[in-house]
Amino acid sequence: MKGWLRQDGRKGIRNVIVVAYLVECAHHVARLIVDSSGQDNVHLIGFPGCYPNEYAHRVMRAVSTHPNVGGAVLLSLGCEGFHREGLAEDIRASGRPVETLVIQESGGTRSTVARGLEAVARLQEELAGQPRAAIALDELVIGTICGGSDGTSGITANPAVGHCFDRMVAEGAACIFEETGELIGCEDVMAQRAATPALAAELKASVEKAARYYEVLGYGSFAPGNADGGLTTQEEKSMGAYCKSGDSRISGLLKPGDQPPGGGLYLLDVVPDGEPLFGFPNISDNAEIVELIACGAHITLFTTGRGSVVGSAISPVIKICANPETYRKLPEDMDINAGKILEGESTPARVGEEIYQLVRAVADGAPTVSEALGHREFILTYKQFEPIGPACLPVSVRG
Amino acid sequence: MDKRILLLHPSDNVYVVCQSFTGRERIAAAEGEILIPGPVDVGHKVARRAIDDGEPVIKYGVPIGSATRALVAGEHVHLHNMRSDYIASHARGGRV
Repeated sequence: MKGWLRQDGRKGIRNVIVVAYLVECAHHVARLIVDSSGQDNVHLIGFPGCYPNEYAHRVMRAVSTHPNVGGAVLLSLGCEGFHREGLAEDIRASGRPVETLVIQESGGTRSTVARGLEAVARLQEELAGQPRAAIALDELVIGTICGGSDGTSGITANPAVGHCFDRMVAEGAACIFEETGELIGCEDVMAQRAATPALAAELKASVEKAARYYEVLGYGSFAPGNADGGLTTQEEKSMGAYCKSGDSRISGLLKPGDQPPGGGLYLLDVVPDGEPLFGFPNISDNAEIVELIACGAHITLFTTGRGSVVGSAISPVIKICANPETYRKLPEDMDINAGKILEGESTPARVGEEIYQLVRAVADGAPTVSEALGHREFILTYKQFEPIGPACLPVSVRG
Repeated sequence: MDKRILLLHPSDNVYVVCQSFTGRERIAAAEGEILIPGPVDVGHKVARRAIDDGEPVIKYGVPIGSATRALVAGEHVHLHNMRSDYIASHARGGRV
């Protein structure tokens, strides 16, 4: 597999320029720059809020200095609360070229778009000179989420991802699973896999936090449709999501923006700390994908039963369809048909191997289905987090 | 083993149904034949072996609840004969 070596020593599998709006008021101008560039590797990202938010700043910094990203153009209206100089400074310090355009000082929409296109052209020239480098599996960070789950997700696509994760963790990759709200009921089983007793306590606490948070928001996580699809209990539904994590020892717990310190299996805690303040922990699947990317994910494995068409900016998404009927309905949007397990034509282990081989191909440059279709979704909203405690990344297990 | 049932983990005491059973049928399972007493839909569970009243139902290698009566091999395992062992307040969206 061949990737790109960044000046900070990290290696990416794509060579992306991000065009980032720092407030919704700059969104249209940023989008015009991306669309007018006509270039596949120019991706639109951004944060809509005018009020500053530490979490949003941290995620924007993490994704703008992601190994798949080679340079950035920042679009500011001029008066928003986002600390644009701080972000630009961090991107520059990572060795990546960055240009900031302030619309209020650039002559307006047309003029800023023209300047933005010039900035993109300059960055493309720099990126063309980025050194290529061999990238090994143990240098990859792979995330997984499920979206549009149904009764088949936990018996086909999710266990298949679990098999793939086991193999990748054994070979030294960093693998990240998440959705603590859908791990309710699995906390004891999960805690037994923790590398240390102190980490076990942190894992349990993260799920208990999610249970409290969802309870305050009044969000039920077991719908009648789950029972129609063969799921009987909350813990069964949670296990369906949980089995994406495979059987490996759990090396640590991350929060959005934390980077795994080495290979191993990590839980990403996406539920905010403190009293519920800004609404639901994750308002859509892409919010979770962005958080995985903020933790360095080069590729996201997305399992779906009901069907989803999304991809992502910055890091490719591999879609694994759990339900054979859904696969027949949306064949043009799926990378892998795990539903054939239900029809006796494959097994979770064999589909896991298929996913593993596809991860290698995608890491080597092969486009995923959503990538080829131009899906570049990105969403980031307000949240609040406390930093992780020392027990979350036990020093003894760092790779 | 009949391809219409799937064993997810070696320690499971239930199989997952991959293709619907439309009626009473005797099928080959990992440890010999079991009787499927009636229709069971895709995604649902049938008992791999006899399960005692109160015994944990094991799927994915972990307990997903407990039997609320004694079950025989092949029996459909669902809301009518098992329940959650978890705190009910987390399942408010649907009474199970």
